Amino acid sequence: MIEAISVTKRYGSSVVLDDVSVKIPHGGITAIIGPNGAGKSTLLGVMSRLIAPDAGHVTIDGMRVDQTPGEVLARRLAVLRQDNHIMLRLTVRDLVAFGRYPHNHGRLSLADRDIIEQAIRQLDLDALGDRYLDELSGGQRQRAFIAMVLAQETDYILLDEPLSSLDVQKSVQMLGLFRTAADELSRTIVIVVHDIAFAANYADRIIAMRDGRIVADGSPDEVIRQDVLEEIYDVPIGVHHVGGRRLLAYP
Amino acid sequence: MASSAIRSSRHTLFGLFAGAMLCVALFLTVGANGQWDFVLPFRGTKILTMVLVGYSVAVSAVLFQTATGNRILTPGIMGFDSLFILLQTLIVFSIGAQGYTGIDPRVLFAGQAVLMIGFSALLYRLLFHSGGRSLHLLVLTGVVLGILFRSLSEFAGRVISPNEYLFLQDRFFASFNNPDTQLLAFSYGVVGAVSLLAWRMLPAFDVLGLGRERAISLGVDHRRTVGAILAITAVLVSISTALVGPVTFFGLLVSNLAYWLIRSHRHVLILPAATLLAVIALLAGQLVLEQALGFGTNLRVVLEFAGGITFILLLLRDPRR
Repeated sequence: MIEAISVTKRYGSSVVLDDVSVKIPHGGITAIIGPNGAGKSTLLGVMSRLIAPDAGHVTIDGMRVDQTPGEVLARRLAVLRQDNHIMLRLTVRDLVAFGRYPHNHGRLSLADRDIIEQAIRQLDLDALGDRYLDELSGGQRQRAFIAMVLAQETDYILLDEPLSSLDVQKSVQMLGLFRTAADELSRTIVIVVHDIAFAANYADRIIAMRDGRIVADGSPDEVIRQDVLEEIYDVPIGVHHVGGRRLLAYP
Repeated sequence: MASSAIRSSRHTLFGLFAGAMLCVALFLTVGANGQWDFVLPFRGTKILTMVLVGYSVAVSAVLFQTATGNRILTPGIMGFDSLFILLQTLIVFSIGAQGYTGIDPRVLFAGQAVLMIGFSALLYRLLFHSGGRSLHLLVLTGVVLGILFRSLSEFAGRVISPNEYLFLQDRFFASFNNPDTQLLAFSYGVVGAVSLLAWRMLPAFDVLGLGRERAISLGVDHRRTVGAILAITAVLVSISTALVGPVTFFGLLVSNLAYWLIRSHRHVLILPAATLLAVIALLAGQLVLEQALGFGTNLRVVLEFAGGITFILLLLRDPRR
């Protein structure tokens, strides 16, 4: 379980996270939604120890992230933030191999190589394994980074906008992959998403944020409702159920 | 791993090694006129100095660039060589050239190295205790301090007597003709110890190249690793400056040439390549200088000129840097 306790984060005088407490139990897909500047990415950054909060703290399986050695956490939690610019000249396979670093400290075993190849296959990158990252499209690079995170084989996977540069087909594939990882490998997946429709139909649980606070938290049935969405986004969004799926109608 | 890229990198490394060996052989033998018992030890010492300086400059530049995540920065930008000049100027200023030559060079060097490390530790604290924002702050601080150190040394240089000023000028401008042989063995020992530390951290340095957040996410202790790099850099820069004076631009040149030649991100390939390039440039440059130009100019000038042009070409070639 990831638990954030009274987390506050300020940048200068603006409060980005305002006394946020949240528990994310083991298993399933949790989606964090909310308007721009709601503090979603900052919450993800604090939960994954990349950002130090001004107050409060975060624990993962009972270990405080600010007091636990980084390498211990790196075997439990993997995180991918939005920036995927990289200075190094790396091939896709080199990048994915870095995912094994917490386990092997740079010495690849045969088992590591299998895991790397598997992650590359899972993300449809077979043909691109030896290509350099700067020769790839934005979506391909995004998938390469996700392959790296999967190769890390952690219980918790935190992803900030993993669908941002993917087309609809790749987004659906990606969400299917997360579903499999959650259901079959009992991974805990936390994603920040912009597209409410994806969250509505693929997440087990939705956390909605606004102005640095959590304003709604529950199953899609509880959160994906016109009154709740209007409270989050200030826009009336119609919610319809068609063939077992939730259809969102923007005004 | 991209095995073809690794293989071609190994070939490149082998080629560089052969080139360096050729330079060594030529340097030892060209124009010796049969006076081997004098020529070999004399030139051998020069080669040992140049290898050590090449290694220190190349490794410090590459590691520093890894720590800062920027390939245009070198320790020189952090004001390290300016600090060295200031230290020397202040010593001459306070005790005079006579007193300066009176101090055991090893004591002098140890003192300078400690100050250099202290300086980088101070910068490190300044950066990470003020909220741990970005390495840009570190760099900016370095630039400002570098200017401050240079201005202070210029001021002190104006106040001291012309003779002592001349003495200082002799010390500052890199010359591989009169390196400090007394310091050489000592320096090799220090560099060896530092390299052992660096060797053990090489895989972590590779991860650091991915950037701060990814390195932390992969379990690398970012602060400790960057701190280690700053200390290693401080020692190496002290070594090379103490032996032959500031040759800062050189690091920028060999590191970028190495990135360009080696199609891999791994330090275990890039560091030897940068070192070999540095050794080749120093040996070949000195050889041309001694044999063809008859000591007509300073190697530093040649290196800065060639380095500047090459660097501009590199920048034009790959604007993404």
